[in-house]
Amino acid sequence: MGVTQLLFGFLSVLALLSAVMVVASKNPVHSVLWLIVVFFAISGHYIMLNAQFIGIVNLIVYAGAIMVLFLFVIMLMNLNSDSEPQKNKWSRLAGVVSGGTLMLVLIAALKNADEKRAIAQLQDGSIGLIENLGKVLFTEYVVPFEISSVLFLSAMVGAAVIGKKGD
Amino acid sequence: MQIEYYIYLAVALFSIGVVGVLTRRNAIIVFMCIELMLNAANLLLVAFSKMHHLAGVATNPNAGIDGQLFVFFIMVVAAAEVSVGLAIIVMMYRNVHSVDINFLNRLKH
Repeated sequence: MGVTQLLFGFLSVLALLSAVMVVASKNPVHSVLWLIVVFFAISGHYIMLNAQFIGIVNLIVYAGAIMVLFLFVIMLMNLNSDSEPQKNKWSRLAGVVSGGTLMLVLIAALKNADEKRAIAQLQDGSIGLIENLGKVLFTEYVVPFEISSVLFLSAMVGAAVIGKKGD
Repeated sequence: MQIEYYIYLAVALFSIGVVGVLTRRNAIIVFMCIELMLNAANLLLVAFSKMHHLAGVATNPNAGIDGQLFVFFIMVVAAAEVSVGLAIIVMMYRNVHSVDINFLNRLKH
């Protein structure tokens, strides 16, 4: 087993355990911190796949901006494990069973796919670098890129209107 | 690395996100589990992009690059979604002093 397999296994186990802790933690602040660990593990996967731009953007946008926003809101509302609403035991059990069933069905459906032995290229290949991604983004995908700026503007206006005090 | 390991990892992460949405009542945690599912899809998109790159690089040096651009756009949409969603949750907290999603059933009246 090479160092690549070890690294893949370590990052995968870290991501899965932290994802379970996100769901299992009573305290919402702990959930946010575990989710940040998941994002770091997924960024590690991106960097192993030599998708450097996506890896760094994942850290900056998700672990940096979005999770800080979540943490801000949770601390603003002063949520902790005492105020945490709990579902009753049976609906929690039903949720776990249906989620596990979904996983079984997806794995069973993909188990005999033709492509599953195909290799995902690690460490090599230059499509993940900023230069190549930027060239394609600003030629083929320039219209969706501009439309996403309109989306951001409307999201900004929407958040301000919804969050406004009064009436 | 064979693509099947990435498929299994992404399926497991997605299912954990689904379990979180179904079992938690805190609206913020439900929202975080949706982010988890988006990230599982992103991971699989990048892995498939590198798989197609290896298969088609001989004819097209940019083979598979679309997958990584889709991930970029998913991140853009997720950022916009989080800002609006958290504004809605803050608004709900201001009105009912709770983030319990069961309080949202009064929307049907």
